Amino acid sequence: MEHLRPVTAGVPVEGAPAAPDLADLLKLCGRGDQNAFAQLYDAVASRVHGLAVRVVRDPAQAEEVAQEAFLEIWKNSGRFDPAKGSPLGWLLTIVHRKSVDRVRSAEASTRRDTTYNQQNQPVDHDSTAEAAQASLEAHRVRTALESLTPVQREALELAYFGGYTHTEVATMLDLPVGTAKTRIRDGLIRLRDTMGVSS
Amino acid sequence: MSDIHALSGAYAVDALDDLERAQFERHLRDCEACTREVESLREASAMLAETTAIHPSADLRSRVLAEIATVRPLPPVVTAEPTPGRRRRLPAFLAAAAAAVVIGTGGIVWQQVSDDGPDSRIEQVIEAGDAQRFTQTFPGGATATVVRSKKLNEAVLITKDMPAAPSGHAYALWLQHDDVMVPAGIMPSGSDNQVLLSGDAASANGAGITVETAGEEHPEPEGEVVALFEFEA
Repeated sequence: MEHLRPVTAGVPVEGAPAAPDLADLLKLCGRGDQNAFAQLYDAVASRVHGLAVRVVRDPAQAEEVAQEAFLEIWKNSGRFDPAKGSPLGWLLTIVHRKSVDRVRSAEASTRRDTTYNQQNQPVDHDSTAEAAQASLEAHRVRTALESLTPVQREALELAYFGGYTHTEVATMLDLPVGTAKTRIRDGLIRLRDTMGVSS
Repeated sequence: MSDIHALSGAYAVDALDDLERAQFERHLRDCEACTREVESLREASAMLAETTAIHPSADLRSRVLAEIATVRPLPPVVTAEPTPGRRRRLPAFLAAAAAAVVIGTGGIVWQQVSDDGPDSRIEQVIEAGDAQRFTQTFPGGATATVVRSKKLNEAVLITKDMPAAPSGHAYALWLQHDDVMVPAGIMPSGSDNQVLLSGDAASANGAGITVETAGEEHPEPEGEVVALFEFEA
């Protein structure tokens, strides 16, 4: 059981020991430095894997998605542009997109072939999210999420963690088409402003 | 006035379907405000992942590190000078392509093995019971075949003896939805490739290959069309 985990690199936390700078590591990766990539992996693996598990749910498939994402991160490391955002934001965008692609393609097969139904067993999020409890950053994000209205939060979570499109979210929540995308956007803007994110 | 700006949030969290995404990315090229907004909203959405961290197995670490050791990172994006008259180069390029076929064969096949990533997915598509195949043959004998499985919602492009794209260029892959070409990936170098197209293959009505400037993002085809595949319903 690994409950107490150090806060990993990339998230500036006051008083934390000097962690490798993710942007520097990415730059080294772009030059083919595998040691730098190993350091990068150790700094972000739990967030990468956790996000994939949350969206994909099936742990084995989530590992596949995480592996694909890491390969993509390695391949594109030389193209990371710090002017456009943080290293962590950049690489989690890759992970999220891969995860969403996976659930959507799995879903399309399921819709066409009902025998695939047994494959997607939901994961108990209460136990899987436990490992994240110790992170100060996670606490800060949870607090920021409280600042969203419940309907914004609902729409945003269905889109981001559920991997649903905004039109699917609208249908699920009995909203007129167009309302879900507004809630997702408003929710993100509030989250951004509360967290003081700059890009 | 269109309300396409309002899609920025849904775009930032990948909550658009393929068609909307392609349309919004086209819009992003001309809309600085949306580009900035998407960047900041992506940062915000990535914060959400802080709440879900889980340690992966030690296995994953060794698999990932072993895999990346076999793959070369892509070159950085360099600001290329616009090539004048690029749109007119198709006939010359095809002629060169035909001439290059002889030297283009064999030898480099090993490159893709590591580059392909989900090999097993590719095999699943090729061996799928409902697989449909659409082939184009080029002068000189090179072939490009798209294999689509609607059931798996995937398509694979298989090339044989494909000449290399002109220097500084790469083959870009597209899935066509109605009359919009949606980006489906870039073909790795090498004459004989099997590439999984990204995107919604089941609902696509076609696929295409174009030659685009390497290292740039291409929300829509700008370069020469090398091949178009029309899918049967």
